[in-house]
Amino acid sequence: MSKFGDWLNERFPAREMMREHMTEYFAPKNFNILYYTGSLLLLMIVLQLVSGFLLMAHYVPTSQDAFNSVQGIMYDTKWGWLIRYMHVDGVSLIFILLYLHMGRGLLYGSYRKPRELLWIIGYLLYIMMMGEAFFGYVLPFGNLSYWAGQVITSIIHAVPWIGPGLTTLARGGPGVGTATLERFLALHAVLWFLIIAALIVLHILALHQVGSNNPDGIEIKDHKGPDGHPLDGIPFHPYYTVKDIFGVGVWLTLFAAIIFYAPTMHGVFLERTTFFRANPMVALPDVTPPWYLAPYYAMLRAIPNKYFGIALMILAIVLPFFLPWLDRNPVRSSRYRPVYRAMIILLAITFFTLAWVGEQPPLPKYFFIERLGAAIYVGFYLLLPIISSFEPTRTVPERVRS
Amino acid sequence: MMRKARLGALAGALGLLGMAPAFATPLATPSYTFNKSTVIAGARLFADHCSACHAVSNLRYDRLESLGMTKAEIKKDIMLPGGANILKGMRPTMTQADAKKWFGLPPPNLSHIVRAMGARWVYTYLTSFYWDPKRPSGWNNHVFPNVAMPNILAPWGGTYTKTGKVLQPGRETPAAYHKEVAEIVAFLRYASDPSVFERRELGRYVLGVMVLLTVLAYLLKKEYWKDVHGPEKPGEEGHSQDVGASKKRREGRSGTR
Repeated sequence: MSKFGDWLNERFPAREMMREHMTEYFAPKNFNILYYTGSLLLLMIVLQLVSGFLLMAHYVPTSQDAFNSVQGIMYDTKWGWLIRYMHVDGVSLIFILLYLHMGRGLLYGSYRKPRELLWIIGYLLYIMMMGEAFFGYVLPFGNLSYWAGQVITSIIHAVPWIGPGLTTLARGGPGVGTATLERFLALHAVLWFLIIAALIVLHILALHQVGSNNPDGIEIKDHKGPDGHPLDGIPFHPYYTVKDIFGVGVWLTLFAAIIFYAPTMHGVFLERTTFFRANPMVALPDVTPPWYLAPYYAMLRAIPNKYFGIALMILAIVLPFFLPWLDRNPVRSSRYRPVYRAMIILLAITFFTLAWVGEQPPLPKYFFIERLGAAIYVGFYLLLPIISSFEPTRTVPERVRS
Repeated sequence: MMRKARLGALAGALGLLGMAPAFATPLATPSYTFNKSTVIAGARLFADHCSACHAVSNLRYDRLESLGMTKAEIKKDIMLPGGANILKGMRPTMTQADAKKWFGLPPPNLSHIVRAMGARWVYTYLTSFYWDPKRPSGWNNHVFPNVAMPNILAPWGGTYTKTGKVLQPGRETPAAYHKEVAEIVAFLRYASDPSVFERRELGRYVLGVMVLLTVLAYLLKKEYWKDVHGPEKPGEEGHSQDVGASKKRREGRSGTR
């Protein structure tokens, strides 16, 4: 080890990187369950890469054969079902983790100075993931895939002047077909994946530059021991590596239970309409997106005007970028901000209500829920600067509570 | 409300089968045990009654071997349509051209029908035919109005009017008939999800190993975190020095760093 280690370290900063990012990266000792989500996300994305690679080896990106090639994976390929269920269920699990991860950032004010860039890179990752998921679910070319592809690409149509041209470019022709599948596969497996991988590296580098926040929202760097290490910090390795291995165990047990016993999750993780072949002659009455994109779809539908609906959806997607500057309270964590905490709980309830209503058929009886939900969602961000400047706060402790 | 929405989605999916849907009838739940023997029983019934018109093109005949049927049994009981090849998907006897001529549209391939519509819908559909002289085939259906398919199971299940009056009793008792329809549904459920038994058998071992590893990981974590929480009460001043000290201890032990 030592001899090889010396040889290696003269040529590559392995030891230095290990020190900087693992053994001497000091993380607050009071992480709670929500702090498993980061390492689990990394794990899940690596699993998606592995299962995606194996799927791609059997997939045919043509409108004639795409559906059958996927069914070939499910019926006739050794372990094909396992790989595909891993990939399909993995998406939903990644979005569950993403929402927990971002919710944690909201709860403990992890987006606040000096972590603004960390938040922005992370939020950008989330948006890229939505794109990645969309490209992915068009590929199996079930009827839902076809119509979702049509509907989502038609949103681009609303861009002034160049909209129609852009839509044709996105589809590779006037409608969704072989050219669409080919370019979506290229985007899904190459470009988007590379961007996501690069953003993950940036996200981790930015995190290690500013250090992790914690549930108390206070800086552990403000109290250092004589050795120069934060008193409330512990080295990431071995403490959080062993803790995360335990988290991985729990999570993969859950993942395996879903794959082996409820792979479609009763039509939530793998929708029923994906089991019909793509058919341009048979329109689905309501093309609903998967659950993790449904909140935005509900907001899109809240306004019965294409342009204003799209504008509202874009606003809802873009607003969180500005969160670090919208929150003006000196206290970070919602533990010491009862009003802010109530607002976040309301935001979370609203988001999942919108996800539910986004899955329902477009009936007038849902309009009120859609509009109220959209108003609360956008209102959270727009009212935050005002509320946060005069909301009452509790006394923040000097050191973290363990 | 949830249920209604799901019925709405099903109604939409029905469009894919080529008909305008409407739901007045609540869905019934088939009573069957989903295991290899009900699936095999269903496969035999399917071969006798359904495969004249319907393909299950994604399911190869030899897949039934994994359920416990022998090749000879498959050839004799299941591979009834002409041109059936044990290495290929289940095919119908009727040609597409004839089907189009006789029914207006070819009967759908039933490979994914249970995944797409749900077992309850397929079961209710099969048991909801009623006599309707206005239809070209003489048959109509409560959950799939104006369906092109005639009630081919009528000789066994009996002929009913729209209101449920018996016009002609079936050869079988209602209980025996419903059991057989449920077996056909079991077969179709297997056809749309053929990895199901393999998954269930393997899943136990996978979960067992995962739980074991998780317990070990927990014990490992607990051992390491003694340094952080310490034998003393948490939150006490100075136990981060403990962390530093124990870290040095460990480094001293490993010695190679």
